[in-house]
Amino acid sequence: MSQPIHLFDSDDPQERIGVYVCHCGTNIAGIVDVEEVRDWAGQRLKDRGVVVSRDYKFMCSSLGQEMIEKDIKDLGLTRVVVAACSPHLHEQTFRTAAQRGGLNPYLTELVSIREQVSWVHTDKNAATDKAKAVVSGGVERVIKNQPLEPLHVPINEATLVVGGGIAGIQAALEIADGGYPVFMVEREPSIGGHMAQFDKTFPTLDCAACILTPRMVSVGTHPHINLFTWSEVESVSGYVGNFTVTIRKKARFVNEELCTGCGICQEKCPKKIIDEIYEAGLGYRKAVYTPFPQAVPKYPVIDKPNCTYFLKGTCKACEKFCPTNAIDFNQKDELITIQVGNIILATGYDLFDPRRIPHYGYGRLANVYTSLEFERLSNAAGPTNGEIVLRDGKTKPKSVGVIHCVGSRDRNYNNYCSAICCMQSLKFAHLVHERTGATVYNFYIDIRTPAKAYDEFYQRVLEEGTLFVRGRVAEVTDAARKPEEEGRLIIQVEDTLAGKQRRIPVDMVILSAGLEPRKDAKATAHTFGISCSADGWFIEKHPKLDPVSTMTEGIFIAGCVTGPKDIPATVSQGAAAAARVMGRIQQKEILLEPVRASVNPDQCSGCRICNNLCPFNAITFIEDRMVTEINPALCQGCGTCVAACPAGAISGTGFSNEQILRQIDGLLMLNLEYMSEAAELVPA
Amino acid sequence: MDKYLFYPGCSMESNAKAYSESLLAVCEPLGLKLEEINDWNCCGATEYLGVSLTPAYALIARNLALAYNQSNGTQTIVAPCSACYLNLAKCDYYMQERPELGVNVNDALAAGGLHYDAGSLSIRHFLDVLVNDVGLETLKSKVVRPLKGVRVAPYLGCMVPRPDYDHRWSNPEYPNELDRVLKVIGAEVIDFPLKTHCCGGHMTQIGPQTAYELIYRLISAADQYHADVMATLCPMCQMNIDAYQGETNRHKGSDIQMPIVFFTQLVGLALGLDPKDLGFGREFISTKRVLDRIGLEMPEPVEVAPVTKPRKKQEGLPMPRMPREAGDEEVNP
Repeated sequence: MSQPIHLFDSDDPQERIGVYVCHCGTNIAGIVDVEEVRDWAGQRLKDRGVVVSRDYKFMCSSLGQEMIEKDIKDLGLTRVVVAACSPHLHEQTFRTAAQRGGLNPYLTELVSIREQVSWVHTDKNAATDKAKAVVSGGVERVIKNQPLEPLHVPINEATLVVGGGIAGIQAALEIADGGYPVFMVEREPSIGGHMAQFDKTFPTLDCAACILTPRMVSVGTHPHINLFTWSEVESVSGYVGNFTVTIRKKARFVNEELCTGCGICQEKCPKKIIDEIYEAGLGYRKAVYTPFPQAVPKYPVIDKPNCTYFLKGTCKACEKFCPTNAIDFNQKDELITIQVGNIILATGYDLFDPRRIPHYGYGRLANVYTSLEFERLSNAAGPTNGEIVLRDGKTKPKSVGVIHCVGSRDRNYNNYCSAICCMQSLKFAHLVHERTGATVYNFYIDIRTPAKAYDEFYQRVLEEGTLFVRGRVAEVTDAARKPEEEGRLIIQVEDTLAGKQRRIPVDMVILSAGLEPRKDAKATAHTFGISCSADGWFIEKHPKLDPVSTMTEGIFIAGCVTGPKDIPATVSQGAAAAARVMGRIQQKEILLEPVRASVNPDQCSGCRICNNLCPFNAITFIEDRMVTEINPALCQGCGTCVAACPAGAISGTGFSNEQILRQIDGLLMLNLEYMSEAAELVPA
Repeated sequence: MDKYLFYPGCSMESNAKAYSESLLAVCEPLGLKLEEINDWNCCGATEYLGVSLTPAYALIARNLALAYNQSNGTQTIVAPCSACYLNLAKCDYYMQERPELGVNVNDALAAGGLHYDAGSLSIRHFLDVLVNDVGLETLKSKVVRPLKGVRVAPYLGCMVPRPDYDHRWSNPEYPNELDRVLKVIGAEVIDFPLKTHCCGGHMTQIGPQTAYELIYRLISAADQYHADVMATLCPMCQMNIDAYQGETNRHKGSDIQMPIVFFTQLVGLALGLDPKDLGFGREFISTKRVLDRIGLEMPEPVEVAPVTKPRKKQEGLPMPRMPREAGDEEVNP
């Protein structure tokens, strides 16, 4: 072996470094010659400060960690480099191990020779060489690591829950029952969400209202819950433990102190409007209204754009008849500022609009319904008192077709499975059967019934005689070809089990439409400083292991905001988010990773380029000093501003320029060794 | 005046004369200037792509290359015929998507001293230009004779909206552009559920039974909806439904008289043009009831004497010669 060539003048303080190379079973050792890397590091990097290098089958095991701890104590190590998996997996493990050994945890460096070496290469020699380079980079970097201390941030005990559907209700009740204050914000006049619109819930067919309304009442009366309905979050500032939230409480035009919820105003209001939200466009409400009798709170709101008084200046029927003089046409929107420590977002979903698939006829053909319309149609409190009838309001259908996957599992619309449509369609089949005796067809691609008692429900619906046709429906048309098709809706479908085209005439079609993110999901994500996917679902911190957290500390998510979910899963997430929040509150203060960006005010030119780049709203511009500052509690250490700063005024703790450049030098040092013969020509 | 390169296609010179006449007639009042591509050739219709891919695409690409050379001031080709429009668009699309095809096609074109860089032209259907460039507001402002009381079934056939390479249509399965045009000119427009269903295409030649069935579905549906007339934008559809309607009636034992015209003919009527200049009278199934509704005289039916056209003298550049290579046998994508 030729003499090593170093780029560095070794004026670094002499560190005592331990290098630990992991086999990860055969994950790493199958491709990388781990022993060779170990020996190489021990010899070749000796003069860089490596005093010990070891390999082990699983460094992350207790025995592996103890090995590191023991070496720190016995050999007086001042730095540790572990060559194993990605820092996403085990950085914390090895930092903690080093801490137990008596070392500042940030003097440990985990370099990846699994995700970035053994898993992506097949040439063993080349992979081994690359692993050496990676170790070398880690050693050079760790020399420049600084001991860091985590930040301590006190936590405000109050929590904001945004969205009053079943996810938000569950989360709010769990936290409030735990004795901590909750603010709940709901933009509709009442809490309840989509679940309040349903008639029955699958698979047990218990009445949605019966199980939901007691919880709504609990929210409305809970001493620890402060409920803001007909309200929206206007802005959020601050950081985990200390958020400041501004809520816009829209003018209700009803004085909540005086209103008794008697309902006379709704009775006397002469203006009837189609209710697009609660009744899904299938029923009416008045211009002053509560969406449904069990609404929480009981106070109605006046729908200003539709109110005759606001449109024409006369009417005031509600005011005239109100027995407590609660109507107040002069009410204005209020802005309310609250302080909270944590936020749970449970803003739910929107139904896919099937008008986007014109060949399914929704909006063109009268007797094509959406799933949400059918929920209202079958609801005893709905516009037809639960009578399942055609659009004429009286005729019972003799045959009904339920089309699955409308707008889901379709690359023209949404690729994903909406998760609830199979069970919902089975429920519809059962209800139609039970209430009308009609023949029911289900047109499906696959039946997906994986949760508890779901497949049993499918079996039950099969036994009831619902007919299942496997195939994606081509079109729903009223163009009859045969006399028996006249005046009916014809479903054209390829029956993929029978292997033929079929035309099935029915009286009513129900489109089991998929779930989509709220239309304003991206704006919401921006307000709260969290990220959402291209289609608008909010992104979890980890899809499996941290499904209710976001990358922004202190902001949690629950229910359909992350993707389609049924009620049991939604409730679980509401409870899980609450548990996470309560865990946080119990800690009284939170330790934050010290990996943070900071601005050197002497170098900052005040150009403000970084100001709008921060995904966590951590950067503020100080007008009087004309410099930018970074709030360390808000900064998540992503590095965007560091890279963007034209003056090089921003540096990231744990990612200083010196550390990065040294790591690159370390990676390249190995190459110089291979080029040693050529290098002899170049004076070092 | 908006200028466009114009690719008429063969049928405009023969069976779809009414389309050609009405189209050119409405351009003037709508402020459109169509400049015909010099020495254009057949697009190969639906058949050639099923026989051999590279020569078929080269045949189409020759038109694109000629058009590009001629494109002073405009990058847009307008094609009124469905098959022509689809073929031109398809060729442009696949030459971009499959660079190898682009190279082969350009090798062939080079024999005629031509070259075409896929993606340099925008290929559009006349209906798209009418809706999106002229605009429905402008069209509305030019209507002098609204087609009041004329019930029209809009019928696009398969090939214009699908596949929608450039996402130009409101919905490829159920587009509404034709409906909107017809509404603007005052017609009573039926929400015609079969608007993108197949007319049978060339099945009239190779499997007439199938074609009769498909034609019957269309005309009987239009009849059920009490349409006075069907309006189309495809010469193939128009010919099948018009010329084979008698045969279809005989075959199905029915007696449906459903006239079908090109949408440009109806637009022309609304713009106040003379039915005679719009090709009325060329159809087999009389459009008298349509003209009656708006109080117009039916022009004398045009007697078409069979003519054998003298072969075109070879002018312009020679046709490309095809390299015969492995892979020529590949079939339609």
